[in-house]
Amino acid sequence: MSEIPTRFGPYGGRYVPETVIGALDELEGAFSEHAEDATFQAELEGLLGSYVGRPTPLYRAKRLGERYGIEKLYFKREDLCHTGAHKINNALGQVLLARRMNKGRIIAETGAGQHGVATATAAALLDMQCCVYMGRTDMQRQRLNVVRMRMLGAEVRPVDSGTATLKDATSEAIRDWVTNVRDTHYVIGSAVGPAPYPEIVARFQAVIGVEAREQILAEEGCLPGAVVACVGGGSNAIGIFRGFMDDAEVELVGVEAAGHGLETGEHGAPLAEGSPGVLHGSLSYLLQTPEGQVSEPHSISAGLDYPGVGPEHSHLKDSGRVRYTNATDKEALDAFKACSEAEGIIPALETSHALAAIGRESSRLVGPVMVCLSGRGDKDVDQAGAAMGLDV
Amino acid sequence: MSDGAARLQRVFAEAGRPLFVPYVMGGFPDLAGSHAQAVALAKHADVLELGIPFSDPLADGPTIQAAGQRALDSGTRPEDVIEIAASLRAGPPVVLMTYVNTILAAGERAFFEHAARAGVAGVIIPDLPVDEAGPVREAATRAGIAIVLLAAPTTDEARMAAIGRAAEGFLYCVSVTGVTGGDVTVGDELRDFIDRARRHVQVPLVVGFGVRTPDHAAQIGEIADGVVIASQLIRLYDEAASPEDGEKALDAYAASIVEALDRVPA
Ligand SMILES: Cc1ncc(COP(=O)(O)O)c(C=O)c1O
Repeated sequence: MSEIPTRFGPYGGRYVPETVIGALDELEGAFSEHAEDATFQAELEGLLGSYVGRPTPLYRAKRLGERYGIEKLYFKREDLCHTGAHKINNALGQVLLARRMNKGRIIAETGAGQHGVATATAAALLDMQCCVYMGRTDMQRQRLNVVRMRMLGAEVRPVDSGTATLKDATSEAIRDWVTNVRDTHYVIGSAVGPAPYPEIVARFQAVIGVEAREQILAEEGCLPGAVVACVGGGSNAIGIFRGFMDDAEVELVGVEAAGHGLETGEHGAPLAEGSPGVLHGSLSYLLQTPEGQVSEPHSISAGLDYPGVGPEHSHLKDSGRVRYTNATDKEALDAFKACSEAEGIIPALETSHALAAIGRESSRLVGPVMVCLSGRGDKDVDQAGAAMGLDV
Repeated sequence: MSDGAARLQRVFAEAGRPLFVPYVMGGFPDLAGSHAQAVALAKHADVLELGIPFSDPLADGPTIQAAGQRALDSGTRPEDVIEIAASLRAGPPVVLMTYVNTILAAGERAFFEHAARAGVAGVIIPDLPVDEAGPVREAATRAGIAIVLLAAPTTDEARMAAIGRAAEGFLYCVSVTGVTGGDVTVGDELRDFIDRARRHVQVPLVVGFGVRTPDHAAQIGEIADGVVIASQLIRLYDEAASPEDGEKALDAYAASIVEALDRVPA
């Protein structure tokens, strides 16, 4: 059985009510058992191939590369996954696991709605009941995904507490789980939460990095100079980084949301501006007041509008293996536009943060540069269109 | 044993009936209001539970969440709540209820030393299960404060044994699989859970979450050593026409709970 770490350096742990500790133990046991079980693997790999559309392509983005002054810019096309983002890699793995654990009900939190859609999709496929918690603010700015979830047969429960965004939806999902833990599996949507969640999510997402490494070697005959990904909770980033963690010559760059600018205090950049604290079950960098109250984050992208970050990223920041930078709302919108026009690919606003950082840092990044194109931007057309002054 | 644990256990030993442990959210609706509630309840309480508001209370249902949010909106800081505890030191022992990040942000040592100076006997931390309690516990013990652990209906035998080894003061038995503010059912599931706790835990057992009525208190009093009542007190106070009426309502309600507990056969 494979070892599942509880901590990454000092970060992580299980800071949750006693009620769910048994369920975390059960999940850990089920994951260690099934992760190495050939029938489980075959089922997951079969669905990743025929249903999700893996392996996703590695695409050389020549025109955006030219614009940014980068000779070799590659997109790892997670936007081409079924449902439009990397989130399905984890959702499908966890829902399969939930079925093995005989849990008939699935719950999830969602910010951008991508994880909610992915979970609702997996639940439909595997015939399970599904309930998704979503902040009311996010329901408005990601309306398309709310409709999709409902069409897929999921119940979407609005959350009004706090800023009615991802943090509040996550708290509410955890409360549901505490109440219904005996028959419910909580499909957490990023590499956050109490152990063993951060590791389980990272392992289901590691397929991104494993494929990307093989693909770039086949294409270029060498490893990338830099691998860049946006960081909300950090699941697409940890997924692609895991493919290159031991390649010391590959620079790994995580991009947080700088919102209105770090100096305004309105952002979603805990690694840049936060300090270690406990939110949603683990110890990690956190935006908080001196008294330890969790601060309200801001980002134009619902998926990065979160005051915390997965514990492994906190450890990777401290160890220096990953360099974390950030991009503002405005920079992300500019990159959104540039990528759409130059490549005919409309990226998610989350992903646009990674592209923005690449554009800004093009002169210091060593090529080939690879970015995790974590999702497509259909869900963002209302919001981005309005910001770009388009008539939508 | 810490001094706080000894003080708590003495109350149980001397009461001669199950204990009444009412909860007050510090700073709800403001500091003066919560202080007045605490004074009204302290007259009837055997132990008083004083909550420090936290922005993301995972173990709490809508009533305590909303009370905590109003406390934060009125500017309540953890040290303000500890000052309320200090002002009540002549009364029953005070146990703070706080989420772990509040303690980490203050620094474990500073937090517990401050609480100890205010006469606090114990601290309940609903998001700190026994396996994670190590460093926090050490700091608490050094300051003479008991960490009051929680157990839940989902706690199995092995974990209950581990909790039993670490428990001090009393054990907080969460009556339902769920968050605060629901409705307790005193039935076989709760009885089995309390039996399981008895087999592994030496300290007194106090049941909380969803306890609303004198009947609940009496039924729980037959199987456990005390009851915590929280959301119901907040509702009563909040629904009253004025703060004075609210204090009177708490006074009358607390008296009815104590009366119910007095009738529990020894
Ligand atoms: C397309 C896309 N990318 C990135 C994210 C951020 O999440 P994570 O950091 O877990 O990859 C989201 C979250 O909703 C998303 O939808």
